[in-house]
Amino acid sequence: MKDNYSKGQLSALVILRLLIGWHFLYEGLIKLFNPSWTAKGYLIGSVGPFRHIFRFLGEDSMIGFVDFMNIAVLIVVGLGLVLGLWSRWASYIGIALLIMYYLAYPPLPGLEIPGPAEGSYLFVNKNLIEIFALAVLIKFPTEQYFGLELFFSQRLKKKPSI
Amino acid sequence: MDGNEKKTSSGWSRRTVIKGLAGLPIVGGALVGAAGVSQSAKKERESILKTLNINASPPPPVGSMSGDPIKIGIIGFGIRGEQLCRAAGFATNEWLENAREAVAKNPRNTRLKSFQEQEDLNIRITAVCDLFDIRAEIALASFGNNIKRYATYKELLDKGDVDGVIIATADHWHAPIAIAALEAGKHVYVEKPMTHNIAETYALREVAKNSSAVFAVGHQHRQTQSFLTAQDVIKKNILGHISLIQANTNRNSDNGAWQYHIHEKASPQTIDWQQFLGSAPKIPFNKEHFFRWRKWWAYGSGLSGDLMTHDYDRINCILEMGIPRYVTASGGIYTHRDGRNVPDVFQVNMEYPEFVTGALTEKTRGMTLMYSATLGNQHGRKTLLMGNDGTMELGNSLTIFADPRSERYKPTVRKYGIRPGDPIYSYNPASDQVDGITSATSKYFADKGLLWTYRDGKLVDSTFLHIKEWLSCIRNGGSPSCGIKEGFEEAITAHMAGLAYKIGRRVEWDPVKEEIITMPGEDPDQILLADTDNIYLGASFQGQGRETTLAL
Repeated sequence: MKDNYSKGQLSALVILRLLIGWHFLYEGLIKLFNPSWTAKGYLIGSVGPFRHIFRFLGEDSMIGFVDFMNIAVLIVVGLGLVLGLWSRWASYIGIALLIMYYLAYPPLPGLEIPGPAEGSYLFVNKNLIEIFALAVLIKFPTEQYFGLELFFSQRLKKKPSI
Repeated sequence: MDGNEKKTSSGWSRRTVIKGLAGLPIVGGALVGAAGVSQSAKKERESILKTLNINASPPPPVGSMSGDPIKIGIIGFGIRGEQLCRAAGFATNEWLENAREAVAKNPRNTRLKSFQEQEDLNIRITAVCDLFDIRAEIALASFGNNIKRYATYKELLDKGDVDGVIIATADHWHAPIAIAALEAGKHVYVEKPMTHNIAETYALREVAKNSSAVFAVGHQHRQTQSFLTAQDVIKKNILGHISLIQANTNRNSDNGAWQYHIHEKASPQTIDWQQFLGSAPKIPFNKEHFFRWRKWWAYGSGLSGDLMTHDYDRINCILEMGIPRYVTASGGIYTHRDGRNVPDVFQVNMEYPEFVTGALTEKTRGMTLMYSATLGNQHGRKTLLMGNDGTMELGNSLTIFADPRSERYKPTVRKYGIRPGDPIYSYNPASDQVDGITSATSKYFADKGLLWTYRDGKLVDSTFLHIKEWLSCIRNGGSPSCGIKEGFEEAITAHMAGLAYKIGRRVEWDPVKEEIITMPGEDPDQILLADTDNIYLGASFQGQGRETTLAL
């Protein structure tokens, strides 16, 4: 399969995987290290057709579990992508999480996103782009060439190739 | 793999190992980076907080509520009277039904639950006096078998089985009823403004000083946690010398402009009109005057007594600056030209030339409290206390900004790279909990810290706490946080503002003689309560005011 990628293609794909992995991992760790962090404000401020679901997730009875899961998933996905271990699964889970972020504040016409805008978006925002970047990584896997899965793929081989 | 590569002992080539483990240092980098950033943010926060050392002052002390139930009479059972009874633990049947329906529609609605969970204050409502039959009957039907209706407050005080009274009538009845109640030895909780004119402010103070009964004015925000924290901010001189304070009222709804609902059963048969008029000019029965009394000087006190008193007392409970030396005021009726004679746009400057916060220096002395109100726009202008070292935004949350020119905070600002728009301190008990706050007017009060606050992390109605404090003083002794001294300062300041508006010149307070300085032959109360918008605008305007009032 490696033969299908040119050196340049492989490098670009690996770098993309590492960048997205870093993004998830760092987001997870910075929340983990800040004990007063909570997604409550973010969830309660949700807008758009799915706001009720997110506001429900932001309620007192839910928020402890939601915060824990958010941090855990961010870190697990980040580790999977950076280390190159079960990266496909990490990508699928990452996509699921990003879809939730996207739906909590969907860039739909006529919908006002509270707070200062760092860009202008209609339908497409950075969450959506990251979702499809992960889809690319699922379709063009690199972990068997670069990452911990390399050891698994090598172990499967009966003899070192010549 | 390249067959020529060197193999490690495990059989993998060095290149394979490097490629396989390349992610590990990146993970390490993210860990070190995140830990470092969090650690320095934490250190920065702790260091700034340590420097500022802000703690909430303890809430007003309250003792035990045990013993025989205290018997309370409610005089004036309108919108506010009903709210006060509910805060004391007595909701009307209609309210309970509405709250149950609200829960059925939305199980997450917490209104009913909060009311049911409210601590029992061990009181009985034994008497009600309301001039509108329908309102009095609602109280009778809702508050149990022991409650009796009295036709007049005098009868209630004479014959009613009451230890204390809650007064929530129109403003022009506050003082006469409070004075009669204190003279009858009854404890008094009176709504703001404490009085309707200057003369009765002195009279009430005299009676309250000589009475052993507990007297409290209904400025419930004195219980608000953020204001208690703000007291510490001032005590620790975080803001430096405060030279200017701005406080505002911004409302833009019918309810906010006192256009209350006129009950369909209102008639001369169901309303004791003559008793309602009291000291007011004798005019024929008028439903609008009865239900929307806040719109006329004869019964209410316009923006000065009705809403400025909230803002004034919010500041007075923090700074204890008392009565201003000079007051100027201006404004007019610019949005609601509906026959009212109180202004709907109103600006007041209260000058305190001798007032000092922080360290006294040659240069720093004096302060202006600027109040600006409109009932035609609800853009939320902030309450700001502006000192030479910092600015504090005051509401249900507190935010403090270092002044970019402050010598004192320069090292802190530089060290931590704090940008001018970033606060150095922020106190926000729970920004997202706005349960049960439904209307724009409620939101206005809530944002100002007038509706609810926190005790031990729990959301509590501040009116409940304020009534509890009054009851605790009755049972256990002590003086309420807003007693006669604070009420006197609030009422005199409000009347000075109203007078300055009416008279069109600066009104001065003589702090030694404790009186408002007037021109020879001038009767300030007559001017204050005159049926005109403001007298300096000329005869034609006066005439218009009178005509419209009489035509109603």
